[in-house]
Amino acid sequence: MPLHTFVAYVEDKPGVLNRVASLFRRRAFNIESLTVGHTEQPGVSRMTIVVDADEMMARRIEANLYKLVNVLRVDDVTDRASVERDLALIKVAVTAANRTEVMQLADVFRARIVDVANESVIIEITGTEDKIEGMIDVLRPFGIIEMVRTGLVAMSRGAATVSPNPPLVAARLPAEEVPSANPALAMSV
Amino acid sequence: MKRTGAQIVWECLVRQGVKTLFGYPGGAILPTYDAMLGYPIHHVLVRHEQGATHMADGYARASGKVGVAMATSGPGATNMVTGIATAMMDSSPIVCITGQVGSRAIGSDAFQETDVTGVTLPITKHNYLVTHAEDIARTLREAFYIAASGRPGPVLVDIAKDAQQSSCEFDWDAAAPRLPGYRPDLRALPEEFARAVDLINGAKRPLILAGHGVMMSGARQHVLEFAERAQIPMALTLLGLGGIPASHPLNLGMMGMHGEAWVNNAIQQADLLIACGMRFDDRVTGNVKTYALGAKKIHIEIDPSEINKNVRVDVGIVGDLRETLDELLPGVKSADHSEWLDHINEMKGDSAVRDIQSLPDTGHLYAAHVINDLWRSTEGKAIVVSDVGQHQMWEAQYYRHNDERSLITSGGLGTMGFALPAAVGAKFACPEKEVWVVAGDGGFQMTMAELATIVQENLKVNVAIINNGYLGMVRQWQEFFYEKRYAATPLVNPDFVKVAEAYGLRGMQITARSQVKAAVDEARAHPGTVIMDFRVEQEDSVFPMVPAGADLHAMIRRPKPKFDVMAETGADAGEWDLGSK
Repeated sequence: MPLHTFVAYVEDKPGVLNRVASLFRRRAFNIESLTVGHTEQPGVSRMTIVVDADEMMARRIEANLYKLVNVLRVDDVTDRASVERDLALIKVAVTAANRTEVMQLADVFRARIVDVANESVIIEITGTEDKIEGMIDVLRPFGIIEMVRTGLVAMSRGAATVSPNPPLVAARLPAEEVPSANPALAMSV
Repeated sequence: MKRTGAQIVWECLVRQGVKTLFGYPGGAILPTYDAMLGYPIHHVLVRHEQGATHMADGYARASGKVGVAMATSGPGATNMVTGIATAMMDSSPIVCITGQVGSRAIGSDAFQETDVTGVTLPITKHNYLVTHAEDIARTLREAFYIAASGRPGPVLVDIAKDAQQSSCEFDWDAAAPRLPGYRPDLRALPEEFARAVDLINGAKRPLILAGHGVMMSGARQHVLEFAERAQIPMALTLLGLGGIPASHPLNLGMMGMHGEAWVNNAIQQADLLIACGMRFDDRVTGNVKTYALGAKKIHIEIDPSEINKNVRVDVGIVGDLRETLDELLPGVKSADHSEWLDHINEMKGDSAVRDIQSLPDTGHLYAAHVINDLWRSTEGKAIVVSDVGQHQMWEAQYYRHNDERSLITSGGLGTMGFALPAAVGAKFACPEKEVWVVAGDGGFQMTMAELATIVQENLKVNVAIINNGYLGMVRQWQEFFYEKRYAATPLVNPDFVKVAEAYGLRGMQITARSQVKAAVDEARAHPGTVIMDFRVEQEDSVFPMVPAGADLHAMIRRPKPKFDVMAETGADAGEWDLGSK
């Protein structure tokens, strides 16, 4: 199934993350990644949620998120022009012989070396998930000792963002049509 | 004015219009109970906290107002879980208030500590943990508002003991709900209405599916006007019964697993389904892959997350049903549809006119007879609170509900033990009404401790136990699908007449059909609660039946040898019907 990216604004209250996570668990929606952090507005947190879902399921996820009393707004930014970023810290095993090579590779990916030790370096890379996957592939032969990723954060491009009272889209049908009736099974008068 | 947190709880309940609440005291809620005596609210002491939640639920369903239950922390709160889940599944507005250990002890595994907001998170519409007296008033106002608005549901408020004990300034007006993310009043886009009107006016074989929402939204007259103007027949869900009068000529009856054959066949043959305040539960759709394939579908529903959840629809209209129909009806043209209605009547056949009372008495007592006599005796005017199982389906088939809120039953969760406590709540909501419990011998024993509550509150709630010595519905499934291996379904029961007497109530045992009507009349005339033990046919089954997951039109019909009266009357077994319509 394709990935959908939602940005959800939620009230910054105890247990809200639990409510969102619990919703995805009990409705059997698959979370690919979930990040949460503060926003420009005090008392409002922002979540970026990446889910493995088809269009129909995405609409249901959106409607179910809105049902949570603490959720203020949900945007499906999947098909919208947006900036998506993931951050990774990758600890790579190096020797005196190949350290320079690793550092050059980091340079190519516009990653930064943030720690250097005798037998390892830590690389910090920010970018789309694809770019980070690409970097990991290249580093793997050297030996990845440890890695951590933040998960995706997303923001739509341009000035247009918040509509104060977002139209609820759950009632809207996805672009694909309702499957046509099977004439063999349909009965008629 | 300065108040303790405990006093604020009661100040708020009084202002919310609460007259009665159902509860059970304990350590962590004790400060609140201590403050109760100064306020004009009647507290009903239950025998188990599950009973308190079912009572609040029954109160809510009978009155349309928010029901309130109260319990202590830990076991008191966890005992409420089943009742809360029941209310959640059936969209019943209740507020549960629980005590919590002192805020500084939270997280320390203190005595009777349970993470109740965590436990009830997936089974409440919303819940709160309150640790400051200052937050109690706003939280309770929000809880009542959330419970009753939009798609109603249970809200739990867990209040730490120290928040109950400490004092603060109480200002009702300043504590107005502040819920920026809550949207109970969603409306559909105008183009959705236009598409719906086009489909309705173009339909040849339309059918209205009326659910619980008809009653909850107060849309009965709107739905009837709609159906009458466009001559559209209506099929009801279990919780929709009573929402539309059973006697209405366009009301076909109940749909689904134990719905009548002509109702399910009408759904399968329709070219347009207009779902009004129902959610296409698996018990009404059967196999969704073959459900009403020839029909376009319009779904009018207050909860957006229900649209396209179980069944894909062509038009989804989010909103309150009554308001939606207000907007929709001006576009709906008068129509005839007599061909379609005639066809449904043909499917009904003469099963619709057969009268259960005219069948000869063979000495067997069938549950259907008991329910039918109960209906005749009460003239259909009682509030019937049914439990869960075979008797629940027989009640739905043979008691004809014309009035709204006259059937109270656990539909979504299917909670055995619901009926007796829910009936107590219904009686408090409608003291002038006659209230009957119809329960099986299994379910009745799950919560029969609440008989003591009935006695303590001096209530008149009659109980009809449909006693077949089995967990009947499970036995039926074992008969049909597990080769009659009756694992753990035969019941050894107490003598229910003696049980009644032990509580100081009247007990009756009825074993023959000829005794039923007189016994029901006698129980109705008796000033106190009567427990009636109807010893019915042990291995009777509910028909028709759509096996779980089967196609809706693939019903198991009433078999020939099931009722020996048929040999005598020569009735056609395939279509033989105990006159449910």
